[in-house]
Parts: sequence; C-alpha cells; structure tokens
Amino acid sequence: MQTNLSPSLRVFLTLGYGFLYLPILTLIIFSFNASRQVTVWQGFSTKWYLSLFQDKILIKSLWVSLQVATSAATFAIILGTLAAIALVRFGRFKGRGLLGILTTAPMIMPEVITGLSLLLLFVGLEQIIGWPQGRGILTITLAHTTLCMAYVTIILRGRLADMDLSLEEAALDLGARPFKVFITIVLPLISPALISGWLLAFALSLDDLVIASFVAGPGSSTLPMVIFSSIRFGITPQINALATIIITTVAMGVMIAGWLMHRKK
Amino acid sequence: MKLKFQKHKPSFSSPFWVTSIPFGWLLLFFLIPFLIVLKISFSEFRLGLPPYAPLIDWAKEGVLTIKIDLSNYTFIGTDFLYLFAYVDSLIIALLGTIGCLGIGYPMAYSIAKAPPSKRTILLMMIILPFWTSFLLRVYAWIGILSPQGYLNTILIKFGLIRIPLPLIDNTFATVLGIIYCYLPFMILPLYSFLEKIDHTLVEAAYDLGARPFQAFLRVIWPLSRPGVIAGSLLVFIPAVGEFVIPELLGGSQTLMIGKVIWNEFFTNRAWPVAAALAIVMLIFLTLPIVIFQRYQEQQMRFFDAD
Repeated sequence: MQTNLSPSLRVFLTLGYGFLYLPILTLIIFSFNASRQVTVWQGFSTKWYLSLFQDKILIKSLWVSLQVATSAATFAIILGTLAAIALVRFGRFKGRGLLGILTTAPMIMPEVITGLSLLLLFVGLEQIIGWPQGRGILTITLAHTTLCMAYVTIILRGRLADMDLSLEEAALDLGARPFKVFITIVLPLISPALISGWLLAFALSLDDLVIASFVAGPGSSTLPMVIFSSIRFGITPQINALATIIITTVAMGVMIAGWLMHRKK
Repeated sequence: MKLKFQKHKPSFSSPFWVTSIPFGWLLLFFLIPFLIVLKISFSEFRLGLPPYAPLIDWAKEGVLTIKIDLSNYTFIGTDFLYLFAYVDSLIIALLGTIGCLGIGYPMAYSIAKAPPSKRTILLMMIILPFWTSFLLRVYAWIGILSPQGYLNTILIKFGLIRIPLPLIDNTFATVLGIIYCYLPFMILPLYSFLEKIDHTLVEAAYDLGARPFQAFLRVIWPLSRPGVIAGSLLVFIPAVGEFVIPELLGGSQTLMIGKVIWNEFFTNRAWPVAAALAIVMLIFLTLPIVIFQRYQEQQMRFFDAD
C-alpha cells in the first residue's frame, strides 16, 4: 500500500515524532547545563559527566546490571530458540497450547505481579531446598531470563516460520542427523534473528526496574534501581548526563545493528 | 489440513529435551510462582521473615491441616481505598489506550503509506525510544511538566499564564506518561496490518463512488482491526499494573493498583495482602489476556501457514 502522503498526514507525522523525541532532546540539552537548577540555562558545562564517573554506587550498579543482562540475554536466547523450534517445527504435541500461552504471557503480564510471584517462589524454594541462597545477581538473572525469553521466542518463531524448509528436508534426505542439520543449516539462517533477539533481551534486562526491585537482595542494586532512588528526590543534571550516555549508546547500537542487517540483505 | 501437516514435518525428530527444557523453565519460573501467590493470598499476616503464616501445617498428631484464611480478601473488599485503586487503574489504562490509538493510528497509517525507502527509517525511529531506558523517558516528563518545568517556564515567559499550571502529580500526567511510553506497542502491530492492505481495494472503493471517510470506514478500518485489537491489548494490560509512571508522574493522589501493591509489599511488608491484591488484579485482567492469547495464537498460525 503506497500513495503520496497528504499534507495533513505529513504534519501529523512530524508532530508525532516531535512528541516522541522532544522529551529526550530536553534531557540531552540540559545535561550540558552548568546550573544545578535543571530548568535554568547557565552556560555549557560537562562537569556532570565527570561527576558520574566518581559516583561509586552508580558504577557498581552498572556492573551488576551488565552482568545480569549478559547472562539473562544468553539464557533467554537458548531457551527461546528451543521453545520456538518446539512450537514451529514439532507439529502438534501434548502441551503445545500451554507452551504457546506460557511463552507469550510474561510479555504482557504486569511487572508488579511477575516480580511479586518470583520473589515468593525464591523465598519458598530457599525454605524448602535451600536454593537459591539469599537474593542477588542470581535471582535477578533468573527473573530476567523468564521475561526476555518471551520476546526472544516471538522473534524466533516468526523467523523459523518464514524459513524455506526444502534445505533442511534435503539435508535430512541425504542422511544428515537432525542435530547436524540444526548446526549447519538452521543456525546460520536464523543468526540475524538470534543477534537481534539477544540485543533486545539485553536492553530489556538493562531497563527493568520493577522485577529487579522485588527479587534483588542487599548489595545487588541494579542501575535502574539506583537511578530510581535518586529520581525520587527530584531532577538532577547528573541523571540527565547519565540519560544522555545511555541514549546515545543505545541509539548507536540500534543503528549499527540496523545497518548490518540491511547490508546482509 | 493434511498439507499443513506435511509442511510441518519435523525437521528433527522431536527430541524430548528440546521441548522439556523451555517447558520446565516456564513451569518453574512462571506458572508455579502464581500458584504460590494464590497460596500466600490465603495465609495470615505474621511478623517475621517471611511475613506470613504457613498454609499447610503438620498438627501435633501428625494430621495434615490446611488453613485457609480469607481475611486478606475481606480486608480488600471492605476498604474503599483498594476499590478506588482498581477503578482508577482501569480508567487510566483505558484513557492511555485510547490516547495511544488516537495518535498511533494516523502515524502507523502514514508510515505504511510512505515510500518503501523511507519506511525502514521511520519504523526504526518508532522502535528506538522503546530500546532506551523506560525510567529515563518517564523522568524526562518531570522536567517538562513540573511547576518550574520547561513548559510552565515557556508559557510564563510568553505571558500566556501568570502562575504555573498544575501539570504534574495528577491523572493527566499519568495518562500522558502511559501514552508516551506505550506508543510503540500500539504503532507496530497497527503498521503490520496497515502495510498489508492492498491499495487497489481502496481505489476500487473510490471508483464505486465512496468518499474518503467512507472508504476508510468500510475498507481500511475493518482490514486493520486485528492490529487495533492487538495494539490496544498490548497497551492496556501492562498499563493497568503500571508502577513507575503513576509513582513518578501521578503524585500521591493517583492510586493505581500497581503502586498500591508495591507499597503494601515494600512499605507495610504485608505480603499476604499484596498477594491477594495481585490475584484480584489478575482476575480483572483474565478476559483481556485470554483475548490477546487467542489472537496471538491465530497470528502465529497465520505466520506458520504462510
């Protein structure tokens, strides 16, 4: 479907993108403000960026978040790929309906409920079998894996369903083992989806505040948790500087990923 | 049907573990936790850690006794504060969904109508904010809406108002925050349906004498309806339980149920009450979740059958 955009739609589109990007733009501009009062411009300064690097609590929480996000994204990719293969390629099997529901549900479930229920699970498990001991990076990783897995499964289901089956069938007919077919044919074909799925899972984990707050223990505060506790005291130019760093990093990552995918096509 | 089965001939003989690993994971970390929430919502509050009485007790004679305590539910049912919180959550989420649809539909429509070379970049610009920190995007609005914020400062400078408008710490700011944060979830499913519409159908409607509005109502809208349903549920369901937006933009007067659960849990340490509140919220959300799941399965089957 393609026709020329009418002027009114063009105006609407501009306004829509303005609505999406203007708030982000204000964050970036005022991160370079010399004044501590965020809304009054008093000249250009990069001092808030420097003060970020001296904030030990912030750096530590960033480290916790990166560790959690890396492992959660990796686990989510493995589990999500297995779930997607089962759902797309195994035809009908017992429990397929339930698996389909369970893989999409974490995506729409309000985070407060997911966080609360996982915490109660961890407390219960610790009482009964003594694992996981206490709460910290491990419990946050387990919780984030469950959340991210839902998104990864949806991306991979779409990709696997789009794939031409004749290559796999030919390899199987020629006597290749199913596992070998997966490694040599399926895996390379779904690798772009794996990469974008991993990146999405990483970003989701890095971004989550609510679930992490429920399942984190003392000393394992993630970056969003530290940001949240300082935002509660009002706006500070330091948070603006942090936001600018996060936004530019993510924007560059998305653009590079988009460019790579585009080039591959 | 037979054809479909052949197409789905398993390319690898379904090994047990391929299915059982993700299945087991989701049972342990998604399904069982809900049963525990259900269980704890029926148990008594008790000081200590964990702050609830065990539901299943071995009595002295070795007889298994199950204590079901309904007091958490009667407590919720009799306190109007909770009732208001549920009603407010549903209204705010509904307003947010309508707002997303109002802004998202024309945007998705325009993107679908744009030349293909521009579509990729336009879509990427919709997705990009979704990848950046949710928390910081809500935070940005504090700077804009607060009494000394950018918007009030500009309006005062131009002499349009004398005293700052109360733009933050109310329902308006909460709904605005929901629209802003959830807009990509509305646009993407809408776009995927609008993009598929065959424009010759619209032209045929024009040729038969339809006016633009009629063509929209009779052709475009019905064909995009699955996208409207998916997008609306994708916004509405999580928005009902939203915590960050009402906490940062809603002020103390906006009581959404996500915030109430958070406070019961963290501030009052009343885990059983929080669990009961979560169960009641899930009951409210059952219908939309079931519709969404059914829709999602249909979509996937549609993809699978392609």
